[in-house]
Amino acid sequence: MDKFLTHTGSALPLRRSNVDTDQIIPAEYLKRITRHGFEDALFKAWREDPNFVLNKPEYKGATILVAGPEFGTGSSREHAVWALMDYGFKVVLSSRYADIFRGNSGKAGLVTAEVSQDVIEKIWALIEKDANTQITVDLDKRQVKAGDLVADFQIDDYVRWRLMEGLDDIGLTLRHESKITEFEKSRPSYKPQTV
Amino acid sequence: MGKTLAEKVWDAHIVHQASGEPDLLFIDLHLVHEVTSPQAFDGLRAANRKVRRPNLTLLTEDHNVPTQDIDKPIADLVSRAQVDALRNNAKEFGLKIFSLGNVDQGIVHVVGPQLGLTQPGMTVVCGDSHTSTHGAFGALAFGIGTSEVEHVLATQTLPLKPFKTMAITVNGKLPQGSTAKDIILAVIAKISTGGGQGYVLEYRGEAIRSLSMEGRMTICNMSIEAGARAGMIAPDETTFEYLKGREHAPKGKDWDDAVAYWKTLKTDDDAKFDAEVIIDANTLTAFVTWGTNPGQGVSIDDVVPDPNSFSDPTEKTAAERALVYMDLKAGTKMRDIKVDTVFLGSCTNGRIEDLRAAAAILKGKKVASSVRMMVVPGSAKVAIQAEHEGLPAIFKEAGADWRSAGCSMCLGMNPDKLKPGERAASTSNRNFEGRQGPGGRTHLVSPLVAAATAITGHLSTPDEIK
Repeated sequence: MDKFLTHTGSALPLRRSNVDTDQIIPAEYLKRITRHGFEDALFKAWREDPNFVLNKPEYKGATILVAGPEFGTGSSREHAVWALMDYGFKVVLSSRYADIFRGNSGKAGLVTAEVSQDVIEKIWALIEKDANTQITVDLDKRQVKAGDLVADFQIDDYVRWRLMEGLDDIGLTLRHESKITEFEKSRPSYKPQTV
Repeated sequence: MGKTLAEKVWDAHIVHQASGEPDLLFIDLHLVHEVTSPQAFDGLRAANRKVRRPNLTLLTEDHNVPTQDIDKPIADLVSRAQVDALRNNAKEFGLKIFSLGNVDQGIVHVVGPQLGLTQPGMTVVCGDSHTSTHGAFGALAFGIGTSEVEHVLATQTLPLKPFKTMAITVNGKLPQGSTAKDIILAVIAKISTGGGQGYVLEYRGEAIRSLSMEGRMTICNMSIEAGARAGMIAPDETTFEYLKGREHAPKGKDWDDAVAYWKTLKTDDDAKFDAEVIIDANTLTAFVTWGTNPGQGVSIDDVVPDPNSFSDPTEKTAAERALVYMDLKAGTKMRDIKVDTVFLGSCTNGRIEDLRAAAAILKGKKVASSVRMMVVPGSAKVAIQAEHEGLPAIFKEAGADWRSAGCSMCLGMNPDKLKPGERAASTSNRNFEGRQGPGGRTHLVSPLVAAATAITGHLSTPDEIK
């Protein structure tokens, strides 16, 4: 995973709440067995509407998605994170995320910065007025800057550390392999086995 | 201070704990299906890693498989490639798989419990958010993403940050015609789709205790729709009775040891929950959704709400959007909403008890001519049991379509889909835009409402059927 320290880019306003992962990527596109190439499926149904914000030329090249509350609810599909990243998003800003989506983002390298809905509204106003507004997301300082606005954001300490170091979770866990083996020996015999 | 059920199960699985790090938890059972696993197996191959515990891993085909002509190759080539990938990964990594046509094949969350693999006090994960289903046995069970699937395959553990706990106490007795599905739809409407975020929900109270294991699974299944990772119900005699004699349930002395341990799995009297919600079952009517998230539900006796009745501006906007998508007008009686399709099935309501309840209503009746009804058993074993009881004949005589096991029309990634603009009463778990097929409209309902609705053609309760 690439290290993430700070990112500056333009942003796209998604004025919707409860954006579930079926909207981010419909199930039809989950049949692929690769980890990349999902950009065409991102917000597939909504993109059929020419007025949908993703179709507006002024927001082409945006790398920060600014969304309403309860972002990423529903299905556990990590494809939702991959589709956002394949499209070019590096960061999502929202006031509330669904747990599994946020966990998946941390594993795959997408930064989910949590700010208040008030900050979201202010950023929406800024980027709807000027789509070229540059926004900086500083993971080290946990700070988002947009124009004159400076706001702190929340992200889990451990996730932040892993993203900043670009660390592989499995590698980290295998440092404790002897403890796993130890634990396995202590499991009672009544626990079921599949084979 | 005492511990909650969730804390007890959590603490019993800690492999490694250090300040500033998530706890490393051991995973007792890893269920795997074709959709969220191929990239995880690719990851193992790329890093030259093995599956650490094949004997705690089980694969089944459910999401993208067809529910008819299952003796023929899967017609959709992309689906077929994904199922083939699962079969090849099973072979390469030495894993047990229940393929289409196997007597144990079915929806992953129906298969685990029916084999007795899901037991109290276990940690159960799967790359599927409805893994919360298994919490009905007092297991800590939750959905994970593909990176975590790879992590569990490689290490049989997961690094996790402790959850908060929320008690959902359902007091009283459910009235005739109300079901577990109505309890959970009412809970989600009450706490909203984000209300459970960061929590493990523990369902308690008289109404929960009176439910069968099937009903408890329906409730825990939809915990995720309230934003919770997991839902749990403390095991009791109903749980032990369900498990006893199942293929993977403990036998002999192991059974006695297991039951002795399982009996300790309840929240201590002096334990504290981080939050508590109380629901009165006595007055609970059938619940149905009107919008495009599972929190947008009302009593079937109610009307489609006016977006202006929501004080929160975000909820108001969401309601406005939902009414446009659902093509509904505020003030319309829920019972006046006509449907084209009725879907009975899914990991929420595709178990034998659900089929029995619907068949009892449909017996000797006809599905309305304007309606197509699809009945999809949750597993091949459920289908076999239904055959023994003569249920398929009842469904077929009523004019419903009886299918083979799978996720089917719950999620629109196999041939069973709604067409654009079609409206369904569905016993599944999500009414998201396009969930059952692009442009499709979904009303979530109980199996009883599904059966009654199939007969009348509009959202109905069984008491309307003469």
